Amino acid sequence: MIQLEKRPQASAIWTYIAPLLAVILTMIAGGILFAFLGNDPFEAIRTIFWDPLFGEFASFHRPQILIKAAPLVLIAIGLSLGFRAGIWNIGAEGQYIMGAICGAAVGLAFYPTESVFILPLMVIAGALGGWAWAMIPALLRVKFQTNEILVSLMLVYVAEQLLASVSLSLLRNPDGHGFPGSRNLAQYESATSWIDKSAGMHWGVVAALIAVVFSYVILSRHMLGFNIRLTGESPRAAAFSGVNPTRMIVICMGLSGVLAGLAGMFEVSGPGAQISIDFNVGYGFTAIIVAFLGRLHPIGILMAGGVMALTYVGGGNAQAQLQLPAAAIQLFQGMLLFFLLALDVMTNYRPVRKKEAL
Amino acid sequence: MDFSAINPAVLLASLMVAATPILLAAIGELVVERAGVLNLGVEGMMITGAVAGFIVASATGSAWLGFIGAAFGGAILALLFGLLTQFFLSNQVATGLGLTLFGLGLSALMGQGYLGVKAPDFASLNVPFLSDIPFLGRVLFQHDAMVYIGLALVAGTYWMLKYSRAGLILRAVGENHEAAHALGYNVVRVRLLAILFGGACAGLGGAYLSLVRVPTYAEGLTAGAGWIALAIVVFASWKPWRLLLGAYLFGGVTVLQLNLQAVGLSIPVEILSMSPYLVTILVLVIMSAGRAPGSLGKSFHASS
Repeated sequence: MIQLEKRPQASAIWTYIAPLLAVILTMIAGGILFAFLGNDPFEAIRTIFWDPLFGEFASFHRPQILIKAAPLVLIAIGLSLGFRAGIWNIGAEGQYIMGAICGAAVGLAFYPTESVFILPLMVIAGALGGWAWAMIPALLRVKFQTNEILVSLMLVYVAEQLLASVSLSLLRNPDGHGFPGSRNLAQYESATSWIDKSAGMHWGVVAALIAVVFSYVILSRHMLGFNIRLTGESPRAAAFSGVNPTRMIVICMGLSGVLAGLAGMFEVSGPGAQISIDFNVGYGFTAIIVAFLGRLHPIGILMAGGVMALTYVGGGNAQAQLQLPAAAIQLFQGMLLFFLLALDVMTNYRPVRKKEAL
Repeated sequence: MDFSAINPAVLLASLMVAATPILLAAIGELVVERAGVLNLGVEGMMITGAVAGFIVASATGSAWLGFIGAAFGGAILALLFGLLTQFFLSNQVATGLGLTLFGLGLSALMGQGYLGVKAPDFASLNVPFLSDIPFLGRVLFQHDAMVYIGLALVAGTYWMLKYSRAGLILRAVGENHEAAHALGYNVVRVRLLAILFGGACAGLGGAYLSLVRVPTYAEGLTAGAGWIALAIVVFASWKPWRLLLGAYLFGGVTVLQLNLQAVGLSIPVEILSMSPYLVTILVLVIMSAGRAPGSLGKSFHASS
């Protein structure tokens, strides 16, 4: 009989192998599932995982991957800081929406003035919007011990309603013949975050890379990063060494709110182009998987963001070519997380063959 | 605006109906959490139950069989969570979130051919004599069977946790899994059973949405009901009767805001639609004093 035995030290090899193996197992399991549902499994897997990178129209799809990966990485970096300290911000989707609304509101308020200051102002507004939305669960947690998982999540639904509300009233395009949704920011030079549209480059991509470097430095070189890791690994030890848990919650939730808000702001001023009722597409939730798939490590998150962006682009193609429903992508993402979590056991435990005790 | 269009008896009756799916899902989650496991995948199990129930019901023409299928569907998905958290010792928060994503995707794939199809009828059973009582009869005794099954589950869970030996073991496992293990109880088996029960209940809750409340299948029709069920468990301080109160409170807010929308109150629709979530947050703040089971969310491994 095979039993698990705790390793004296976490296995370094498994830390790296597990994510790769998880991706491969997801492809196999996904293929079996598609076959079960009457699709050609090989065609489905090839459409999702291969064609966007190396297929006939790869040059069109590769910039798309960059566009999808940027918000995921940006949000996941913020979430990973909190997750490391045991602070569960699950409502990044709401913070993302609020960042987009605040950023767009500032941009639209100045329309049609052209100025180099408008985009920076929008960046600040977007960051503040996400931060403020994240402060609600953070402060409720600090003041009333309220569960931050549930509050941040409830706020996603509230933010979705606010989004619908502003697309119908406050931010509605006055020249839009009464249709819901704001002005299209793509034609508003001063409020656009595009650097090179055909290459998929916008300031959100730059911000994501900065966030990766920033969090890498904080985690490996800065006292804050040390305290975050300490709080997560041993809350008691952290308390003895003088880490203030209240400050920890406010800082971690605040940072993740800022980054999620920025992601939303860059999205609305770039690829998304306008505030609309269905502006958000679940990046906030997918980023949670990205954070885990990347081992809560900045470089890992960067790579995981790429893989996840691939499932979006490839999944979108599969939707068009094979009539798979949009939610099939979520299925893939969920499976990926499952396999990773299951394989994770090998990092800390090793299977040993034991004789049945008599 | 005409408030007289709102009939209080109908309002109270529809409150019970609106509360039932959340109540079903929440009572299952309460048992899971009392066993020391935090399953955040309620939303995923609910939507899977909604689809599974709908498919079985429309294939057989029987809503009853649909509910049985939904319970199985929810339990099978919960088994996945159980395997990962109990045998592979995965992080319960992450696994639960994964379960929700997985369930949402799986249900969308499975339900592809059923969009907009109407569910088979599930008749209300009018309790003889009692349903003729003015006002009270309309409020309490003209519901479908699942409303009463939900109430019976709450009562049964209360009795089981408080008075039965199985309930004692379950609570011991949830409060201190090391001690329960030392006493010779099989922690993993107890938790797996609780997880399966939770999945079955969430499945029933989902099927109540797709077979009775809506009654048709649409993508994402649970719309956060699973998360609210989780919030209600916290609100109830892990006690069954307070769970009932929480579910009815939430059902009341949901029904009331729909009624206020219908009579054309001058508050914007979006504000009314967000009110159930805001009330949930408010209630969480007020009720956050409750004490969670001691081992909640911690992995158990016999060697460690």
